[in-house]
Amino acid sequence: MDYSFIIYKFTLATVILIISLVVAMYATLIERKMAGFFQDRHGPNRAGKFGILQPLADGLKLFFKEEFMPQSADKFLYILGPSLTMLIALLTSAVIPWGSSIVIGGTEYSLQIADINIGILYVFAILSIGVYGIMIGGWASNNKYALIGAIRAASQMISYELAMGMAIITIVMMTGTLSLGEIVAQQHGFNWNVWYQPLGFFLFLVCAFAETNRAPFDLPECETELVGGYHTEYSSMKLGFYLFAEYINMFISAAMISSLYFGGYNFPFMDDLGLSHNALSLLGSLAFFVKITFFGFLFMWVRWTLPRFRYDQLMRLGWKTLIPLAIVNVIITGLVLMIKNHM
Amino acid sequence: MTEEKKTYTFTTRSKVVSNKKMTFMEKIYFPAIIKGMLITFSHLFKKKTTIQYPEVKRNIAEIYRGKHVLKRDDEGRERCTACGLCALSCPAEAITMIAAERKADEMHLYREEKYAKVYEINMLRCIFCGLCEEACPKEAIFLTNEIVPSNYERENFIYGKDKLVEPMDKDKRIDISKRQTTAVLEFKKDKNQSHNN
Repeated sequence: MDYSFIIYKFTLATVILIISLVVAMYATLIERKMAGFFQDRHGPNRAGKFGILQPLADGLKLFFKEEFMPQSADKFLYILGPSLTMLIALLTSAVIPWGSSIVIGGTEYSLQIADINIGILYVFAILSIGVYGIMIGGWASNNKYALIGAIRAASQMISYELAMGMAIITIVMMTGTLSLGEIVAQQHGFNWNVWYQPLGFFLFLVCAFAETNRAPFDLPECETELVGGYHTEYSSMKLGFYLFAEYINMFISAAMISSLYFGGYNFPFMDDLGLSHNALSLLGSLAFFVKITFFGFLFMWVRWTLPRFRYDQLMRLGWKTLIPLAIVNVIITGLVLMIKNHM
Repeated sequence: MTEEKKTYTFTTRSKVVSNKKMTFMEKIYFPAIIKGMLITFSHLFKKKTTIQYPEVKRNIAEIYRGKHVLKRDDEGRERCTACGLCALSCPAEAITMIAAERKADEMHLYREEKYAKVYEINMLRCIFCGLCEEACPKEAIFLTNEIVPSNYERENFIYGKDKLVEPMDKDKRIDISKRQTTAVLEFKKDKNQSHNN
């Protein structure tokens, strides 16, 4: 382990952190723009050209808002809630392969921060902790709406994590690895997992919507019933963290979908271009971001189309539809793999 | 004998509620979701309905009931005689005035012997109904197609004579001919009314 290795990893981590934050920042603007377009409006267009400074203005506004804490709140947990949510939202990006690798002076630099061999388990571990940020925040604010919102969030995330895990198991069975870098590398060219696992992809997508607490599964912050859900009592930048974490989660979810099912940095005809390794890597990263953008758009598109599920409908969909479908998918995949191996 | 089932609807748009079981295709939601998403997607390319207000202004009718104007007559004298009928007719009680007697050297300023020293309309109270205009026997107050601009302070919405009386300059007079109905014009020509002599 030499010095340059640490510097390179540190730089990469910083770059990806900044990219995640900037993307999430501008996702808020794009979301509002899209909401406008879907409703025949313009969306924010006053702060700078096309509202380009709107995220800065929003952030500034949140900073200058009164920092409010309920008297009966648990001070430590109240602050821990949003911090944890933000931290966990950012942690997942460490194992996502943002590109293949870049060769500088004979040394190969991977564009993945940590290609740990249990990448998928790591992602799931982080996702499971994600529920704590919301739960702690809702509990600590000592408000009935916040508590109900937090309980909803917890039960929803735990329920949908099951189906999500089942959907990914088929990928693990197919590829025979838990490393995200390896899974993406196996989808070389146009050999994407979605062609073999369309049902798995669909289940994963639905669960990703539920895991990020976005419409049509945004019950935790259902305004009509719960005021603001788990962040009812939050103000200023603590509220900002909760709102911001949602967009980071959305970005990371889009990246996960792209890398698990849509080949990550792979794109069709990548071998026929006759480009050097480095150029191909950069083009691959670009392709990855195009895919992420598409799925980010899909998240927004669905949000501004579908109404919110009722709580019992949400639970029924999760437990009675998605989990059985995921199990069927696992069985079918297992059968196909077995037949293939014996032929 | 079969009895015909009658359904009653309260409006033309109401539908009869049924407990029909959903078909399989309806139960999986998916086709309906795709349909809905295509509808929202088509809205991305539709014309925006927003009017970008300060830059673009919406066309308003020439007889629009907007900001008031206190008219002058042809010689530039204020028509208002502070009779208080407008204030009396105002349903929102937005108009207040203080009357004063015209001095000998003010003949060129005021048409009648009595005039409004202070004339204020609270634009936040005003509902722009136009009853003041209808009540005015002197054709002094009219509503125009100008919009009352927004402001940060409440007190700035109390418009005094400085904002209400039209300019002395003949070219800058505010045209209210569109709001003068035939009834008003007849009233204007009626020689029984003292102010028309």
